[in-house]
Amino acid sequence: MSTNVLTPERVRAVAVAPRSALALAWSDCLVLTGRSLRHLTRNMDQLIQTFSLPIILLLMFRYLLGGAIKTDQTYINYVISGLIVISAGFNLTSTVIGVTNDMRNGIVERFRSMPVLPPSVLVAHVAAAVLRTFVSATVLIVAGFLVGFRPDAGPLEWLAVIGLLALFATALCWVAVILGLLAKSVEGGSGYGLILVFLPYLSSALVPTETMPKVLGTIVRYQPVSAIADAVRSLLTEAPAGNSIWLALVWWAAILLLAVPTAARLFRRRALG
Amino acid sequence: MSSEYAIEARGLAKSYGDVHALRGVDLYAERGSMLALLGPNGAGKTTVIRILTTLLIPDGGTATVGGHDVVRAAARVREVIGLTGQEMSVDGLLTGRENLVMMGRLFHLGKAAARQRADDLLEQFDLTEAAGRQARWYSGGMRRRLDLAVSLITAPPVIFLDEPTTGLDPRSRQGMWEVIRKLMADGTTILLTTQYLEEADILADRVALIDGGGVVAEGTPGDLKRRIGSERIEFQFATDDVAEKAQLLVGGAVLHGNGLSVPAADPAEVRHLINRVADAGFDATGLEIRRPTLDDVFLTMTGQTEGATL
Ligand SMILES: Nc1ncnc2c1ncn2[C@@H]1O[C@H](COP(=O)(O)OP(=O)(O)O)[C@@H](O)[C@H]1O
Ligand SMILES: [Mg+2]
Repeated sequence: MSTNVLTPERVRAVAVAPRSALALAWSDCLVLTGRSLRHLTRNMDQLIQTFSLPIILLLMFRYLLGGAIKTDQTYINYVISGLIVISAGFNLTSTVIGVTNDMRNGIVERFRSMPVLPPSVLVAHVAAAVLRTFVSATVLIVAGFLVGFRPDAGPLEWLAVIGLLALFATALCWVAVILGLLAKSVEGGSGYGLILVFLPYLSSALVPTETMPKVLGTIVRYQPVSAIADAVRSLLTEAPAGNSIWLALVWWAAILLLAVPTAARLFRRRALG
Repeated sequence: MSSEYAIEARGLAKSYGDVHALRGVDLYAERGSMLALLGPNGAGKTTVIRILTTLLIPDGGTATVGGHDVVRAAARVREVIGLTGQEMSVDGLLTGRENLVMMGRLFHLGKAAARQRADDLLEQFDLTEAAGRQARWYSGGMRRRLDLAVSLITAPPVIFLDEPTTGLDPRSRQGMWEVIRKLMADGTTILLTTQYLEEADILADRVALIDGGGVVAEGTPGDLKRRIGSERIEFQFATDDVAEKAQLLVGGAVLHGNGLSVPAADPAEVRHLINRVADAGFDATGLEIRRPTLDDVFLTMTGQTEGATL
């Protein structure tokens, strides 16, 4: 028995045929996304965040608090889009922790000593988180339907919702990656993650801004979380769109364009430290 | 470029702010040999490894691994090395097998080849039984073995092991030594760092003592042992004065207060030295025979304890 029976030449022989750098990077990202998705099944926190929390929130807002909040449409029709936004925030706390973990223990260091493009790790975290966000959104819409949610969206509008949510989730995930890169410890990482959980409460996700004090209401109405919640709501239900769709597009495209290079710069600095 | 050395470093220097982690380190490891980098915490061992594995760019000096320059040909270097870092770098949420298959895929093996290689390595590292369990439940020794297995996926000709047995219980340490010996038998070039004199002695072809960011001595374990002895006699005398006088009787002794630490090559010499001190009329108030520690090595080599904090 010999540890080195597989000589480098033989390894190359059994390896798949030489592929372009782009194909290799793509394969690295797929493998690492698979890893991040596996984490979902291994981790009680993540399972709860992705599947149970959206349903609990839905029932809570539908039956406990819904009666107290006045909206122009049924509250369930109003609140679904807000809950989608909120559950995206929940899902991202594990992205923050996952990134912090990877940076703290030796795994990124190991990737850097391998023929792997190290930022693939970050891309994989984002891809997995976007997928989790869509799973949560699907859970919410299906469960919502059972408790009275009645969307009036046509196929085009559904497509627009998917596109907007993809943009929003991707941008927000990169923000989560930045928080994960900034955190000095895993505990710090989960602290930062709470920012993402609480931000939606200062938006129109759950409560119409008209019911807020005037100045606060105006600020809240134009912030990015309100924009995406309002935009999705207007597409799914009869709620008026106003300028929310454009506002959401501009906000989240801008956040994405800022967050990606920031994350890349932080990653390079932290990884080379 | 020289072909007889798998690892060659000249004048490596690296500072973190005003901490001079390395101040001109020279190292050579012949192809198929093991070089042990022996030194206390903070000596600069990890910094050397990170430079040689392309993770860190040195401020000064040059190094080649497998004939490739670690700065200018970093990508080539990465193709010929395996690294087992000081910190664990396996994914605790994945099982042992999943870790190996994933890493194999990241080394760009095909799916089937990655699986095949994972099973081979699990078998070789005695992890087959634990293959389906998440790595976070592994014992320290199992995790280290998995970590090492990952760095062997492509069977690289040069392996770097940063303190592979630190924190392991004696049995796991023995197991790790077995694995390392097999690697050496296969002709792999290995650079291993350690804080344990015994480990360097047992495994390495050559040992470089590193302290305060520099190599303070280099040679075969035999060379080192000749200089520090394989046994150590600790005399205690009534006063510092007596100890000082007794020191003149024996070679290579280190004085500390009323204590005298004397190296001896073997048990016969131990007996001989004790008799010589007693016959000269110096009554020891305390006597202890023990194995030399890293402290002794540095005391003997550099005449100072600074830095040796074991
Ligand atoms: N990233 C870093 N920033 C600042 N100082 C560092 C860093 N890494 C190592 N050092 C310092 O450099 C010296 C050598 O460290 P290291 O190479 O890790 O030693 P060893 O591995 O022998 O314990 C130590 O004084 C350590 O504190
Ligand atoms: Mg170290």
